[in-house]
Amino acid sequence: MNLAQHLPALQVVVPLLAAPLTVLLRRRTLAFAVVLAASWIAFAIAVLLWLKVDNSGTISYAIGSWPPPWGIEYRVDRLSAFMLVLVSGLAAVVLPYSRSSIENEIPARQQYLFYTMFALCLTGLLGITITGDAFNIFVFLEISSLSSYVLIALGRDRRALLASYQYLIMGTIGATFIVIGVGLLYLMTGSLNLADIAGRLSTVQSVRPVLAALAFLTVGISLKLALFPLHQWLPNAYTYAPSAVSAFLAGSATKVAVYVLLRFYFSVFGASQVFDQLPMQEMMLLLALAGMFAASTVAIFQTNLKRLFAYSSVAQIGYIILGLYFGTVTGLTATIVHLANHAITKAAIFMLLGCVAISFGGVSLARIQGIGKQMPLTSLGLVVCGLSLIGVPGTAGFISKWVLIQAALEHGQWWLVFLILLSSLLAVAYVWRFVEAAYLREPRTDCADTSEARWSMLFPAALLVVATIYFGFDSSLTLGSASQAASMLISGTPR
Amino acid sequence: MTSTGFWTTLGGHFTYFIAVFLMMAGLFIVIARGNLIKKLVGLSIFQTSVYLLYIAPGKLVGGTAPILSDAFSVYSNPLPHVLILTAIVVGVATLALGLALVVRIREAYGSIEEDDILKSDAAPESPSQER
Repeated sequence: MNLAQHLPALQVVVPLLAAPLTVLLRRRTLAFAVVLAASWIAFAIAVLLWLKVDNSGTISYAIGSWPPPWGIEYRVDRLSAFMLVLVSGLAAVVLPYSRSSIENEIPARQQYLFYTMFALCLTGLLGITITGDAFNIFVFLEISSLSSYVLIALGRDRRALLASYQYLIMGTIGATFIVIGVGLLYLMTGSLNLADIAGRLSTVQSVRPVLAALAFLTVGISLKLALFPLHQWLPNAYTYAPSAVSAFLAGSATKVAVYVLLRFYFSVFGASQVFDQLPMQEMMLLLALAGMFAASTVAIFQTNLKRLFAYSSVAQIGYIILGLYFGTVTGLTATIVHLANHAITKAAIFMLLGCVAISFGGVSLARIQGIGKQMPLTSLGLVVCGLSLIGVPGTAGFISKWVLIQAALEHGQWWLVFLILLSSLLAVAYVWRFVEAAYLREPRTDCADTSEARWSMLFPAALLVVATIYFGFDSSLTLGSASQAASMLISGTPR
Repeated sequence: MTSTGFWTTLGGHFTYFIAVFLMMAGLFIVIARGNLIKKLVGLSIFQTSVYLLYIAPGKLVGGTAPILSDAFSVYSNPLPHVLILTAIVVGVATLALGLALVVRIREAYGSIEEDDILKSDAAPESPSQER
């Protein structure tokens, strides 16, 4: 009985056990302590797994000692280890922030349920990332989705309920599409283990059901990751959810969906020849570009800052998907590194906006005029993160755009470089709207005595802002892991 | 295609036709209906069709449950049933949560018609409505 052997299972079990415990304790302080401990332990486990994968390669863990492909396999390779660290790290930072943040947003007697849902959401997201079983992905996806519907509905505004309902409808359609895709794969290969499916797909004679599976999975996962025409649920959900929820979901939920897409494309369909039969890459290019331009343009005209940055998220997902178009190691590296950089930046933005919302009672541009004078630290943080969204050198966003442009140049596609830069200009426009309101306008008289938020909220947010700058200067951690994960996905080995 | 060929195809793929018909019917209800409860009904039909898609191929005509015995040689595949048992639980949870949200929406808006709800929120920059 060696505890270190069971780290992959504990990664999911620890936050899963924390959830019912909070319901039994019912006291919000105790519930907070339990979930905080669980998320920090989960983060520690993720880091341990990451180091282990770095030293000794892929870890395979057979649940209940049933060897794969019969039993459910937990599989930690370079990509999933990287994602585990990202997701659990974000949870570990957002949770301390959430305590002060939700005091203003959720009635006191319901607060312990917030922590329950948070723990379940974390369980689901970690489970999706660590499992090597196709149906298990669906189950964990639903655990995380159902809890995130509840988290969004906790928002104070009544429109949060409608946003949550719409997300429930869209999310369930997406998840059901994923089940259909997994079912078709199971029909054709007789296996649910991802690695096993990949091995058997190359021997499958009739290609059409596999193509249908690919299509269902693509549409289903795209709904979850809010790829451009399927992003309708995202702006409302992020706008009306409690700030801590917006921050956590913006940083993790859509990013984990991108991970699922990568997993299916490269680890399952990669070896078979189905991609030759469909213009997948061109489709990805079109949708990514459409998202980058349309969503950025819509963002410019928003008056609510949370909604503005929600649309910006849709645009940034365009950049993430654009990396897939190239089908090269550099392109995929851009996808993975931007996934991490954008998660950190966007989580920081939504956390800072939560601070603003408490002090100013709202985050519309008209209301926060002159915030640069009243909350200098918060608005400085927002500007730094805005620069990262644009891709200014010295911020994390620059690194990922730089790699993306390198990938385009490798392909010899100058026009694409031009388009990437042009869409960055749109980002300049929407970030400028905040800068203008914050620094060039006079404060409103009815908000004259506002000051910085509490340190318990400011410090976690500042941590992520510092990370945004740090990863802009020293990218060995993010870029290094991303390129290792990318070359692992492209080569198909070592699995 | 000859007419016998057509009927063979239809017979061989009968369960799939049913599943796809239910799937499309459910999806259509979700898209076309504005009543929030009816949308959830459509969503449930859509999810249920997928249960059939899984279970039908697992059943062999004349097959029994997978019990090792000399008397039987043809077994149905139990795995799809197990998977769908999980999917049913997920479906029930989704439906329950959806209905709970509709109750809350009715309390907050006084309506469960999408058009009415969107209309009452349509006023731009309306002060945030506290619940």
